[in-house]
This record gives sequence, structure tokens and C-alpha cells, in this order.
Amino acid sequence: MSLEIIGISVLWTFLFGYVIVASIDFGAGFFNAYSSFTGKKHILTKIIQRYLSPVWEITNVFLVFFFVGIVGFFPKTAFYYGTTLLVPVSIAIILLAIRGSYYAFETYGSKGHRGYAFMYGLSGLFLPASLSVVLTISEGGFITMVDGAPVLDYWALFTSPLTWSIVVLSVTAVLYISAVFLTWYANQAGDKHAANLLRKYALFWSLPTIITAGGIIYELRFHNEAHFEQLMNVGWMFGISFLLFIGTVWLIWKRRHYGIAFGLLVGQFAFAFYGYGISHYPYLLYPHLTIYDGFTNETMAISLIIAFLAGFLLLIPSLYLVLRLFLFDKDYVKGLSETKGGSQNE
Amino acid sequence: MFFDDPVISSRMLTLLTLSFHIIYATIGVGVPLMIMIAQWVGIKKNDQHYILLARRWARGFVVTVAVGVVTGTAIALQLSLLWPNFMELAGNVIALPLFMEVFAFFFEAIFLGIYLYTWDRFEDQRKHLMLLIPVAIGAAMSAFFITTVNAFMNAPQGFEMVNGELVNVNPLAAMFNPATPTKIAHVISTAFMTSAFVLASIAAFRLVKGSNHDYHKKALFLTMKVGLVFSIATVIIGDFSGKYLAEYQPEKLAAAEWHFETEEHAPLILFGILNEEYETRYAIEIPSALSILAHGNPSREVIGLNEFPEEETPPLFIHYLFDLMVMIGMFMIGLSLFYWIGVKRNWSFIQTKPFRWLLVLGGPLSLLAIEAGWWMTEFGRQPWILRGIMTTSEAATTSDHVGIMFILFAGLYAILGIGTVVILTRMFRHHPVEKELAKQGGGAK
Repeated sequence: MSLEIIGISVLWTFLFGYVIVASIDFGAGFFNAYSSFTGKKHILTKIIQRYLSPVWEITNVFLVFFFVGIVGFFPKTAFYYGTTLLVPVSIAIILLAIRGSYYAFETYGSKGHRGYAFMYGLSGLFLPASLSVVLTISEGGFITMVDGAPVLDYWALFTSPLTWSIVVLSVTAVLYISAVFLTWYANQAGDKHAANLLRKYALFWSLPTIITAGGIIYELRFHNEAHFEQLMNVGWMFGISFLLFIGTVWLIWKRRHYGIAFGLLVGQFAFAFYGYGISHYPYLLYPHLTIYDGFTNETMAISLIIAFLAGFLLLIPSLYLVLRLFLFDKDYVKGLSETKGGSQNE
Repeated sequence: MFFDDPVISSRMLTLLTLSFHIIYATIGVGVPLMIMIAQWVGIKKNDQHYILLARRWARGFVVTVAVGVVTGTAIALQLSLLWPNFMELAGNVIALPLFMEVFAFFFEAIFLGIYLYTWDRFEDQRKHLMLLIPVAIGAAMSAFFITTVNAFMNAPQGFEMVNGELVNVNPLAAMFNPATPTKIAHVISTAFMTSAFVLASIAAFRLVKGSNHDYHKKALFLTMKVGLVFSIATVIIGDFSGKYLAEYQPEKLAAAEWHFETEEHAPLILFGILNEEYETRYAIEIPSALSILAHGNPSREVIGLNEFPEEETPPLFIHYLFDLMVMIGMFMIGLSLFYWIGVKRNWSFIQTKPFRWLLVLGGPLSLLAIEAGWWMTEFGRQPWILRGIMTTSEAATTSDHVGIMFILFAGLYAILGIGTVVILTRMFRHHPVEKELAKQGGGAK
């Protein structure tokens, strides 16, 4: 395997990790706000806060890894994407900032403020929308070179049906992924009411997710034919993805094995995400930039990979510790342990 | 309007983001050490006051970390958004520490999370304290990695330029450039110093406001002692920084010192103004002191600004920033030394209100010194973004929308800044020390 492929595979994996953990986080914020406005707050808030408290910073780091990594492995992306993404990415930063800080403010400061909860929930929907625009732009057709500098055509971008389908998919997928995970999490905690409510949300968002996903493949045919054809070459990956989707929905419907259901969901998104990524190869940005002409020098690539492996060896045990202490610790999940004193409310 | 020019507005936005982020970054690097010291003293002396101190600092610390995380994310992305040409070029050489910084931060964040949620999970307090070690190491390492990037911008090496292409890249040589040792030592020791004085200023404020509780007195003494140690360390490191500048960036030192003619026995100029003939007026001159700062020898020659082409010299106002930083540093050493001796000798003067107000002032002043230091070093590198290789205007984005982004981010930072203050005050007002001590069962003096 060439260094270019290793580099992009590592980055794509980080992005996938971010898509899953951030979706859970974004969706949780939305359900939290939604439930507090529909009078179901008491059912959901506890379970959601218990999950979110220890992990929100970790979620953010996945994203930082991705974009620091992509500029490291492919410095030319800074030139093409840096120049053109100023506005959408700045908006995303501002939303992330509001989200991260208000979460901390609410948790450690004033409890249960509706305004905060509302901002937090809403930003969780705008964020996937503004971040997913990057994927749309990467399909090409929105960037022109003027005097040697890339310029983004906002009008073309915002009038393209592809843009809006990707935006809708990102939002529905966020809500679907989050609802499935939280159903499982609530069930683990033995909170039947929360699990039932979240199960309904999961089923509700499953259909829109799969419909928009199909719609995007269809639209791609008109927007970027080369990509569409490559997509068809790995059509089997999308087939498997669809079967896994059926599996998840069936298990949730039957109220069985929520853990496995979430596992299947991760598989569903993994096949679709990597299928999309593989068919995008070799382009980072159609038709201007490929992973080959945007690649860094060999020395840097090798040192980044070594740093990555070393860092990974350090992080895996630490992450394992977090998961054991919080996510999968039965007492913590159920709220039985008296451990939350120190940092939180007293 | 300057907002129409992408170069100027990119510089303004970077200035804004960094000036805001550095407050949180400094606290983020320094405070874990302070929590560690307090908890350690508490365990050793079996004194609940120190344990509660660690606990309360940690609680406030999370809020600043949260804002630090989001503003850190902002600057990390703005590097590519505002300086795409710089990142395209420099990414080839200096991407490694940027990448490793994220690991260091990740490591810190994970253990901070565990530390915060496990206060009462361990029978043995010492085990809980152990969790802070990775937090403090992670914080210091992320400061280390990110500062190597800044050092690289000042003293780029580890590559060769052949026809505008970078060849023979050596990422480690780029990281460990001549500017690295002094810069890192300076950044980390000032972070410890500033954090200590900021925490001292909170304790002093409580005492000024009429509390006479031992808790605050212990907090004040502990933080002032740590502050004193690190402010002395900072002066020593500052002296090395002067020698680094004289050797590798003489134009920055010369501009900061308004030193125009190359000469021996160069004087150190404090304050003053410049007239139109570039002559210094109303300044305090310390004979030969600049030669000592630059070379450790009063008779050695110091290169003057006239040796450099005018378009390659930094703006002369950095002189004031330099003076401000140095003056505050000196003042803080004097203040903390005076306080320390006062405690040892039972001077009643250090218990008086006016003196305590000075201690309160110490925190904000130290933060101002941090700002002045960064402004001085960043403006002092101009016109270069990568000294000798790429200018700031070559590096900037060509996008027309930077001005409006500046306004958006200014609004964001205002909200975050006000939010931090409001939440922190509310948090500690709702949980007064006395009540918490009573609950801990350690309330009796």
C-alpha cells in the first residue's frame, strides 16, 4: 500500500469515528431540547446528561484530528479548502464553540436553563448541515480558479439539489444514529420509559435516513458522473449497508438486542462511508486535487504515521479506561455510584 | 476600511483569536500543576483546606478548559482558513508537532475527565492524585508541541528550498530549531507563574472582601510562593531569550530596544518616545545593559536596526510591549518576594487592605504581561510569517469575507468571555467555602 493510501485511510477512519460519536452527541442535544419543550424532559434528560458529561471533549478531538491530519498529510488541501471554506467552516467553528462552552456552562453553572438547552439542541442540527457542505464541495463544480486562487461559487452551491440532499441526509442520519444508540444506552441503564421513547424516535428517523441516502446516489449521477460510475463499481458495499440497515430496524422494531442493533448500525454507516470514500478515490477535490499531487514529502508522511501509531498506543488504554469507568460501568450508567460529586453540582 | 483587505483583516482576526485563546491556554497549562500541588500538600499535611482548594480549583478549571478547547479548535482551523499559503508550504515541514499536539491534548482531556468524576471513588486519595500527573504532562506537552511551531516560524530550519520547492525535509530538525529551547521554557514557566498569580488574586480578593478564613490565607501563601519561584525562573529564561534573539533574530531585539546603530556597550532603553529623526526622548538608559542581555558581556557589539533593509524590519511600537512585559514581570517578583518575606517575618503591612489590593491586581497584570509578550514576539517577526522565507501578506487568504468573519468571532469571544466570568462567579457564590468545609467535616480550624 502506498503512503498516500495509508494516510487517507487513517484520516477517513478518524472522520468516520467523528461522524458516529458526533452524531450521538448532536442528536442527544436535540432530543434533550425537544423533550424539554414537549414536557417529556423528565424522561430523557437524566439519561442523556449521564452519557454526555464525560465524553463531549473527546468528541471534539476526533474532528481536530481529522483536519490537522489532512493538512499534515495533504498540505495542498490547506490551499484549496482553506481559501474556499472560510465562511462555512467559520460558521461551524462558532456553532461548535457555542455548543461546547454552553454545555460546560450549563452543566457546571446554572442547571436546566431552557435557553441553553435550546441553543445546544439547535446547534446540533446546524452543525452537521454546515460541515457536510464540505462533502458537497468536494464533488466539484462549485470551485473555479480565478487568478490562480480558488473561488467558491455560493450561488451554484446553494441552488444545487445535491447540496440540500446531503444537508438533509446529515441531519436525519444524526438523529437516527443518536436515537439508536441512546435506546441501547437507556435500556442498559434500566430506564424503560426513556428506552421506549427513544425507540420510537429511532424508528421514526430510520426511513428518512435511507430515502435521502438513496436520493443522493441518484443525484450524483447528474452532478458527477465519474464518481457515480465508481460508486456503482463498489455497489456491493452499499448493498451490505442496506441489509445491515434492515437488520437494525428489525431488531429495534422487535425490541430485541439493542446492543447488536447499534453494532449493525455502525456497520451500515461504515460500509456506506467507506464505499463513498473508495469511490471518491483518487480525488480530494474534483477535478483539481488528487491524493497524489496533494501529498506531503515522504519523510513527513512516515513521521506522521509513526507519531500516529505511538499516539494510538497511548490513547487506546486511556480510552478503554473511560469506557470502563463511565459508559459500561453498570453503576455509573444507572446512576447508582456516588462518584459524581467533585466536579458537578452538589 | 481595513476589512476590505484580506491580509489586514486576516491579521486582525488571528490577533483577536490568539489574544483571547492565550488567556485560556495559559490557565490550561498552569492550573493543573497548582491543583496537583494543593492536593499533594493536603494529603501530606492531612489538611482538608488544601484538599478543598484542589477541588474548587478543579471545578473552576473545567469551565476554562471548555472555552480553551473551543477557541483552540478555532485557531487550529483558522491557520488553514486565513493562512492557506503558509499552511500549504509549512505543512510540509512542521505538520508533525501540530499533529502530536492533538494527541497530547486528547491524553490530557481523557484524564481530566476521569479525575473530575472520580473524587470519591478511591479509598486512597493518593491514587486520585496520580490521575493528575497525565493531565499536567498532557497540558505541558501540548504547550511544548504548539510552541515548537511558533519557534519554527521564527527560526525555520529542517529543509532546503530548491526552485520554490521544499526538499530534504527533516521534521525533527524543524521542531528543534534554535528558537525552541528558550521559547518553550519561557511559555511554560510564564504559564505556571501567571496561573499561580491569578489564583492568588482570587484568594486575595476574598480577604479584601472581609473574609478572614484560614482557607484563603493558606491559598494565598501557597500560590504566591509558587508564583515567586516561577517568576524568578522566568527572568533567568528571559535572559537566555535575549541571547537567542541577538544571535538569530537581531532585528527583533533591535526593534524592541530601539537600537539603531551597531555599537559596543549598547545601552538598554526603557520607555521614552521617538522623534522624527528616530532619536529617543524621555527614556531611561541603562549603560551597556543591552550588551549584557544580548551577549552576557558589557563591551560586546550589538547589531542595530540600520543594518537591515527598511522593508524587513518590525514595527517600532513593540518597544512598549517589551517594556510592559518586563516591567510587570519585575513588579511581580518584587511583590511576591516582599509578601513572602513579610509572612516569614510577620509584617503587619502585608495584612493591610492596600497591599492586598496589589495582590489582587497581580493576576490581571500577569495576564496582561502574557498578552504583551505574545504581541511583541508576533509583531516583532513582521513582515515575515516564516522568517526570511514567506511574508505575512504572501501567506494570507484571498477570500473577501474575512472582515465579516472578524465581526462574528468578536461577538463569539465576547459571549464566551462574559459567560466564563458569570458562570465562575455564580458557581463559587452558590457554594461558599465555609459551607463546603462544614459539609466535609473539616470546618473546624
